Amino acid sequence: MRPGRERERLEAARVGLRIGAGFSFFHLPSPLRVAAVGEASPLSGKPKAAPMDAGDLSRALARIAHEILERNKGAEHLVLVGLLSRGEIIAQRLAERIADIEGVKVPTGSLDIGLYRDDIGLRAPAELKTDHIPPIDDKIVVLVDDVLYTGRSVRAALDALMDVGRPKAVQLAVLVDRGHRELPIRADYVGKNIPTAHGEEIVVRVAEADGEDAVLVAEREES
Amino acid sequence: MIKHLLDITDLDRDGIERILETAANLQPDGGAIRKYPALRNRTVVNLFYESSTRTRTSFELAAKRLSADVVNFAVSGSAVEKGESLKDTAQTIMAMGVDAIVIRHKASGAPHRLAQWVDAHVINAGDGMHQHPTQALLDLFTIRQHFPSFEGLRVAIVGDVTHSRVARSDVQALATMGAEVTLVGPPTLIPPQAEHWGVTVTTDLDAVLPKADVVYLLRMQLERQKAGYVPSLREYSRLWGLDSARASMLSDEALVMHPGPMNRGVEISAEVAELPRSLIVDQVTNGIKVRMALLYLMLGSPDGSAEGAKANG
Repeated sequence: MRPGRERERLEAARVGLRIGAGFSFFHLPSPLRVAAVGEASPLSGKPKAAPMDAGDLSRALARIAHEILERNKGAEHLVLVGLLSRGEIIAQRLAERIADIEGVKVPTGSLDIGLYRDDIGLRAPAELKTDHIPPIDDKIVVLVDDVLYTGRSVRAALDALMDVGRPKAVQLAVLVDRGHRELPIRADYVGKNIPTAHGEEIVVRVAEADGEDAVLVAEREES
Repeated sequence: MIKHLLDITDLDRDGIERILETAANLQPDGGAIRKYPALRNRTVVNLFYESSTRTRTSFELAAKRLSADVVNFAVSGSAVEKGESLKDTAQTIMAMGVDAIVIRHKASGAPHRLAQWVDAHVINAGDGMHQHPTQALLDLFTIRQHFPSFEGLRVAIVGDVTHSRVARSDVQALATMGAEVTLVGPPTLIPPQAEHWGVTVTTDLDAVLPKADVVYLLRMQLERQKAGYVPSLREYSRLWGLDSARASMLSDEALVMHPGPMNRGVEISAEVAELPRSLIVDQVTNGIKVRMALLYLMLGSPDGSAEGAKANG
């Protein structure tokens, strides 16, 4: 591990403790709650930093692809399942990288967690999207998402996976880990740790959906 | 989302679109049926004062596939037979703690009354000759699977419009979505006020068929003959029943629909019911999806939220 990353992790924990004191998840204004479970949200505030550009993003994905292959000793039994919408795009990119490196086309799928959320009835119902989960029985499933935040999306995704099969193992790959976990969940593969305050939002932009590759930090606009 | 669905006009175009969209994304066609945890810890009561197999089963499956608890409140053998009023029954059910009541009643307006008495969501599953809004939603959904837009779509609704809650809800839903509706049937079975519904009325089915995108056949209830609305079912069938010869007048893309249960040989011939263009089985399948979408959007909304649709009047 790079020494810088450890420092970032500590920084994230410190910020989280300070901001998180007396903090109640369900009483936040709704835009924050939307993002609190890790949904890709449109940029609402002005970007104040761009911690990753297209080159950084590409290198991070290449590294994660290598790490996945190294850890699982190849691409056999692997299935990549991306959380809709940006997680799926990132899963596709990882599958392409793995194909470049290993010459194997790994099955990919998509997962919509709308009906598995833990805040149904507390906020306006999430818009549902059609997902497609390939066969996962006895496979090593790598869940892929753009941003890891509270961990609640991942909890929902794990439940959804277990409903459709019994994978041999589930691993988690995220492009950005912004800290502030509310559940005992951590990622196996991280593109970049970006310490944030609760009042900030991380916006992942990918060319397929947004016309460019970038990770931005913005101040959340109060609504 | 709306608190209650009593009348299809409780939903504006955006509200209908939202339900259809949600239903389309719920369960992919051909995929394995999945059960979702979305409505855990919520209870739905089916309160059916009229016999119904498909609608009750459809609501029951829809709620169960979202993990809600479902209670079928059977009216026969219950306190209702001992003379309990709707209001007392409603209060009894509410005292048990439920989140939604799906009601079918022979009296038009019964769901409206119920909605005034209870805190739970009320969904009208058919009231008298008045409304059957979820039937209209599943019919729209089924049409949408074949025609991308309702704008200018020509739909012929054929048969006993007067006694049909399906016809009322479908006419209003189709009008909301921009379709052009023609009512076809014997003058005795088309309500005089239909002229004001924004529809075309005719008795001549053969003139309508070649131009129709959808032919929607209503159930011809056998009691209507006894009551003198038609001289004989045979005559009705000859003039307004869809048989193979009539079906051949339809364009290649035209669809045949029926809310069920069918009277084969009366409003629809057995051969026509089996044609690929007949979507009667699809309607049943889609009914579950649409009711899942409705339950999710209604019961999954915070209390008091009214976005996406008009508030109930």
